[in-house]
Amino acid sequence: MQISILSFTVAAIFYLAFFVFAYGLISKILQYKNTPAPLKIPTMPAPTTQAGVVFRMSKEVVFFESLFKSSKVTWLFGWLFHFGLFLDMLRHLRYFIDPIWFWVLIIQPFGKYGSILMFIGLAGLLTRRIIVDRVRYISSPSDHLMLVLLLSITTTGMAMSFYLGADVISVKSFFIGLMTFNIQNIPSDPVLVSHLLMVASLMIIFPYSKLLHAPGLFFSPSRNQVDNAREKRHVAKWAEDLEKN
Amino acid sequence: MADKKFETPELREYPIIPKLQKDVMAHSQPFIAKDSHNEPLGFPGELVEDWHDVAIKKMGDLQSKYRGLQVYLDSCVKCGACTDKCHYYVGTTDPKNMPVARQDLYRKVYRRYFTFAGKYFPKLVGATDLTKDVLDDWYSYFHQCSQCRRCSVYCPYGIDTAEISMAAREVMDTIGVGQKYCNEIISKVHKIGNNLGLPGPALLDTLEGLEEDVEEETGVEVKFPLDVKGADVLLITPSADFFAEPHVDGLIGYAKVFHEAGISWTVSSHASEAANFGMFIGSYENMRKLAMRIREAALELGVKRIVFGECGHAWRVAYSFLNTLAGPWDFLDQNYPIPQHICEVTYGLIQDNKLKFNKSLNDDMVLTYHDSCNVARASRMGDKAGGQFLIPREVIKATCNNFHDMSKDTIKEGTFCCGGGGGLLTDDLMELRVKGALPRMEALRKVVEDHGVTHMAAICAICKSQFAKVFPYYDFSMDQIVSVHQLVSNAIILTGQRDENDQNDDENHPQQDIDEAA
Repeated sequence: MQISILSFTVAAIFYLAFFVFAYGLISKILQYKNTPAPLKIPTMPAPTTQAGVVFRMSKEVVFFESLFKSSKVTWLFGWLFHFGLFLDMLRHLRYFIDPIWFWVLIIQPFGKYGSILMFIGLAGLLTRRIIVDRVRYISSPSDHLMLVLLLSITTTGMAMSFYLGADVISVKSFFIGLMTFNIQNIPSDPVLVSHLLMVASLMIIFPYSKLLHAPGLFFSPSRNQVDNAREKRHVAKWAEDLEKN
Repeated sequence: MADKKFETPELREYPIIPKLQKDVMAHSQPFIAKDSHNEPLGFPGELVEDWHDVAIKKMGDLQSKYRGLQVYLDSCVKCGACTDKCHYYVGTTDPKNMPVARQDLYRKVYRRYFTFAGKYFPKLVGATDLTKDVLDDWYSYFHQCSQCRRCSVYCPYGIDTAEISMAAREVMDTIGVGQKYCNEIISKVHKIGNNLGLPGPALLDTLEGLEEDVEEETGVEVKFPLDVKGADVLLITPSADFFAEPHVDGLIGYAKVFHEAGISWTVSSHASEAANFGMFIGSYENMRKLAMRIREAALELGVKRIVFGECGHAWRVAYSFLNTLAGPWDFLDQNYPIPQHICEVTYGLIQDNKLKFNKSLNDDMVLTYHDSCNVARASRMGDKAGGQFLIPREVIKATCNNFHDMSKDTIKEGTFCCGGGGGLLTDDLMELRVKGALPRMEALRKVVEDHGVTHMAAICAICKSQFAKVFPYYDFSMDQIVSVHQLVSNAIILTGQRDENDQNDDENHPQQDIDEAA
C-alpha cells in the first residue's frame, strides 16, 4: 500500500504533538510537585482532614464550586463546555482502542451531543469575553484565539458527525497505526485533516499556555491543603536552613 | 469631617458592578521607605543600579520557593470571575484593581522572562519587559491590595492575589523600593518589640493606668501584669490595644475575663506586638524573626499558654504560621490550642458557665459584626471549620441582647476587607482607604436602616482604626466601631463588683473590701 505524503505529514505532526504535550506537561507537573509550599495557606474555612480535602477538590473539579459562587453565567458556559468536552473525549476513545469497550459504545450518542454543549459553552464564553468590559480589559489576543481554536475544532467535528460524515474506519486504522508505529493512510478529507491538525496544535500549545489550569488546580495550595497548622509544623527545606542560624 | 482632596463614593442602594475608569488610581502611592527603614530589614537603602536584573533574579527565586506563586502565575485563564470581587475595584472603578488585572502586572513580566510563549510571542500573550513604568505600576497597585483573599474564594483555581502582592512587594524590597509605613514599623519591632516603638517603661505606665481605671470603675483589683515570670498565659496583643480607642476597651475586656476565670497572665515587653508586618511585605525571613520574639518571650517568662488578642492579620500569622515559623511549642501546655485566640478563651469559659453577664448593660447598642478578612479566610477558631465565624458571634450574643448580621454575601467567607489591611493603614493612602471601605459601608448602612443597628463590632486592630477614621466620611461617627471584648467588658459581672446601679454614681466610694476574691 502506498502511503501518501499527507499521511506522513499528519503522522509526523501527531508524533511531535504527542511528544511536546507529554514532555511539557510532565515537566510542569514535576515542577509543581517539587516546588515547596512553605506555609499553610488554604482558603478558609478549609477541611481539617485529608478526606475532607479530597471532597473539596472533587467539588471543584466536577462542579466548579468556586466559580458557581462567583458568577453564574461564566459557570454555566464554562461548565457546559468542559462537560461536553469530557463526553466528547470519551466518545473519541473508540479511535484508539480495539475492540471498543462496552461503555464506550454506550456513550457514543451522548458524546455526539456533547459537541453541542461545547459549542454553546464556547460561544457563550467568547461572547462574554467581547461584551463584558471587565473581561475584555483582561483579555490578550491569545485568550480570544484559544476560544476560536476550540470553537473551530468543535465545529469541524460537528460538521463531520452531523452532516458530512467521515471515513471513520480509516481514521481509526490511522490512529491505531500511529500507536503501533505502522503508519496508515488518512483520508484526504480537508475537514477531517483540519480538525486533526487543530487538535495537534492544541496539544502543542497545552503545556505552554493557560491550559495549565488543568494540572494547576490540583496543586493549588489554597484548595488542596488541610487546615491543621496548629497541630502540625509545615517547614519547607529552604526554611529549615534559616533555623540553623 | 477631615479635609479631603477626593470625593467620597456615594452609597448605592443596589450595588451594581461599576464601569471601568482607566488609571483613576494610578496616582495613589504610599511614601517610599528611606535607607534607615530598609537596611535593618536586610534590604538595600535605595533603588539599586542593576535593579532590573536583580528583580528578575528574585522573581525566579520566589517561584522556586513558593509553589502557590508558580501555580497561580501559570493557571489563570482570565475567566473574569474575580473581576468584581475586590473592594478596591468596587470603590475606585480602576480596572487595575480587579484582582486578575493586579496579578497581571506581575504575570506579564513573568511571562516575558520565564515562559516560552512570552519570550517569543510577547504581544500574543500580553507579556512585557520590566521597565521603570511597570515598576511604578507595581508600586502603586501592589499597594492597593490589602491581601484580604476575597478573590481567592471566588477563583475556580483558588488563585490568591495576596500571594502575588506579597511576592511583588518582596521583589521591590529586594531592589530597594520599600514602603515606608511597613518597613519603618518592622524596624521598630526588631529594635523595641512593638509597632509603636513603645518601650517597656511606657508600657508599664500604661498598664498601671488601666489597673487604676478599672478599679475606680468596678471596685475590683483587676491586674494588667507585665513581664511576670511563671504566669500561665502570655498575652500577645496588637500594640494599639494599649492606648487606641476602641482597642483599649477590648484589652480591659481580656483582663476582666482572665481575672474572673482566675487565669494568671502577663504581657511581655520583649514581644509586645501581635501584628506581624513581615507578612505584608512577603518576607519569610522578617516574618520569622518577628515571630521568634514570641518564642523567646514565652521561654524567658516560663509561661504555659500563649493567647492572642483581637488582631486579624496577627491571628493569621499566629494560627496558620506560628507553629511553622517559631515552633515546636513542646514546652507549653499541650491541653490548650497553641496559640489560642482570646475569643476561644472567652467562648470556652462561657460554655463552662464560668462567666456571669448582665446583657442589659449593652442595651444602649444594637450590634452587627464585621468579619475581619484574615480571621475569616486565613485562619480558624475552635475545632471545627467555620469556628472563626461562630465563636465571635456567640461571644457577642452572650453579652448583648441586640444583634443583627449584615447581608449574606458581605460576611463570613465573603466578608469585605475594612479597606485598611495588609500594610495600607497609613494616612498617605487615605483616598484608597476611604474608597476601599465602600462595600462595607453599604452593607452597614443597610442594617442601620433595616434593623436600627447602632454599632459594629470587630476583632482586628486594623479594622478598628480604619473604621474609626473612615466612618466620618460616610456620615457615621467614629465611636460606632467597638471591640468584641469591649462588649464583654461592659456586660461582665466580676465577683465582688460594686452593684451595677452604683456604677455611674460618682458619690459612691469604691468598695474595695468586697474584692478579696480577686
